[in-house]
Amino acid sequence: MAASKQPSSEATQVINKKTKTIRFVRWQLFLGLIVAFLLLAIVVCLSLMIGTKQLSPITVWEALFSPGDSFNHTIIQEERLPRTLLALAVGPAFGLAGALIQALTRNPLADPGILGVNAGASFAVAMGIGIFSVTSMSSYIWFAFAGALAATIAVYVISGGAGKKSPTPVQITLSGVALGAVLSGITTALTMMNSQAFSNMLNWRVGTLAERSLDDLWLVLPFLIIGILLTLAIAHALNAIAFGDDRASSLGVHVGMIRTIGLIAITLLAGGATAIAGPIGFIGLMVPHCVRWFVGPDQSWIFLYSLVVAPLLLIFSDIIGRIIMFPAEVPVGIITGFVGGPILLILVRRRKASGL
Amino acid sequence: MRHIDFGRRYVRLKGPLKWRIDIRSIVVSLILLFTTIIVAMFALMMGSMEFSLQEIFAALGGQATGAAKTIVVEWRLPRVIAAIIFGAGLAVSGAIFQSITRNPLGSPDIIGFSSGSYTGALLVLLGSGSASYLGVAGGALAGGFVTAILIYVLAFRNGTQGFRLIIVGIAISTILGSVNSMLLIQNESEVALTAAAWGVGSLNGVGWKHVLPAIIFVIFLLFCAWIMNRPLREMELGNDAANSHGVRIKRSQLLLIFLAVSLTAAPTAVMGPVSFVALSAPQIVHRFTKSANSLIPSAAMGAVLLLGADVLAQRIVPETILPVGVVTLSLGGIYLLWLLFHQARSTP
Repeated sequence: MAASKQPSSEATQVINKKTKTIRFVRWQLFLGLIVAFLLLAIVVCLSLMIGTKQLSPITVWEALFSPGDSFNHTIIQEERLPRTLLALAVGPAFGLAGALIQALTRNPLADPGILGVNAGASFAVAMGIGIFSVTSMSSYIWFAFAGALAATIAVYVISGGAGKKSPTPVQITLSGVALGAVLSGITTALTMMNSQAFSNMLNWRVGTLAERSLDDLWLVLPFLIIGILLTLAIAHALNAIAFGDDRASSLGVHVGMIRTIGLIAITLLAGGATAIAGPIGFIGLMVPHCVRWFVGPDQSWIFLYSLVVAPLLLIFSDIIGRIIMFPAEVPVGIITGFVGGPILLILVRRRKASGL
Repeated sequence: MRHIDFGRRYVRLKGPLKWRIDIRSIVVSLILLFTTIIVAMFALMMGSMEFSLQEIFAALGGQATGAAKTIVVEWRLPRVIAAIIFGAGLAVSGAIFQSITRNPLGSPDIIGFSSGSYTGALLVLLGSGSASYLGVAGGALAGGFVTAILIYVLAFRNGTQGFRLIIVGIAISTILGSVNSMLLIQNESEVALTAAAWGVGSLNGVGWKHVLPAIIFVIFLLFCAWIMNRPLREMELGNDAANSHGVRIKRSQLLLIFLAVSLTAAPTAVMGPVSFVALSAPQIVHRFTKSANSLIPSAAMGAVLLLGADVLAQRIVPETILPVGVVTLSLGGIYLLWLLFHQARSTP
């Protein structure tokens, strides 16, 4: 009797110890999240202050809460506030889409940009402009959604995701890169055939936060919010999927359904964000990785952190884009490419990319 | 000893050269050469002004005068010759890289030397404001080399591994892509516009004056590559085996990489980055010859591909001449997708 009791009490002790450490970590995690929020707030303020004309914090405060007709207030109200709000909406979408793709494909190198989702959205928008001659942002969005969905499914099928064996990271990455190359080639061809109609799109194709109105943002926002909610809802199931499909279904997770929901969420997030801001790459790659170093493999925490850290990084990149070549402005898509490339390098050079 | 079974049919040339010719690859090469000539004739005949075959031969023989001579010899011929030679150059470059990295995806367009060449050329173009071939070619060459070295250094850890090489290539390409966009945005001048158009990869509007030095250079490089074919084949057996056969590995490898980067950079300097010829030509040929990708059939295949893509680029959309780079990008990308699709299903 006593002999059989001994191991079980030891086991409970171990479990107690573990829950204790987890609680300790959880406390830390909350603190980290708050710090990230504060940083985000600081960056948002900076984003309102810095630009072609530098403004003091007091001016920003006045412009936000008691707007007048002065030139400075107009700059903030018409130019910098929409831009910052846009980043606050688009950033989490890109970051979360990246985290979700990485979790679903169990591929640490996945990103909406690398996997051709952004290229799919661009391609569909180009088709819309070139063939159906759409001009308004509200119709861009539907094309971007369709393109993002088609590209996501195509990459999944081409890399053998529908087969019995789940595809390796290399297969998925290569399929995405190849598909992205094809689509961007055809997009270029379309743009060259009718350069007049595409003067609008030129700016959009690099990925920029500038010159977007708030009306466009309200149009996309519901989709982004639905995408975010869907993602958060399946976070627990994704933790189980990390053990492998078989283990997950034996734990009671409906793998097929979770995959489908994930696919829909990726489409909503990446498609919606791309529709309004253009294909901004690498945010979705970098953020989940940086977050994972800190919070570990729990998807719920990764998603929560990504929601805060992604806009932080995006706004920060946007500010850099405004000051790096001072009077001129560099689109944020170029800056994220600059920052993201080296991060991808570091990830590959590590012996094992941070596991999922 | 008289009958060594190489497993394949071959013809042995007697005399001082003692050259063993593989029948299958020579037949494939001849068929491809024949195709090239037919496509070239077609390219010379068709256009906004059409000529008969007799007129083409007359123009090529130097008997035609006036419009026929100007159009065929001055306008269309340089373009056709450039497509053939550059296609061969790119394909051989791809074949060498694929052989050295022992990976079909180790070609210059995937790894990103092409974007490095583009950056180099762009710096020269925008820095000096002139577009002389020598300057741009030098820039492209230097850019390609720096990128090649960078990628190998970064991807190296106890030997290069295909996967790491490719991802490092993608990362470097992204960074360089950002650099290129920055350079173009910074210089909103006429030169920047030409440079941007050049960035897609196009043979539009090339004349003898532009392409002749590049063509001669590429032919010279192709000849060098042909000489280096033997150590390349030996090294495919593994470094130890090659060493025991008297190949100096380090030196040969360095020379081959130099050749391959030059073979990418020289055409890039003229027509801009044209992707996927280097990737697909050796791979397609491999399916026909059923042998280790040998350079001569690859070169013939590259010539067919680039020439065909250029003809297609001129015809596919009425009233617009697309840059050839767009066509190779689309077609080559589709080919790569097909390759991946099958690879994912064939491996058990």
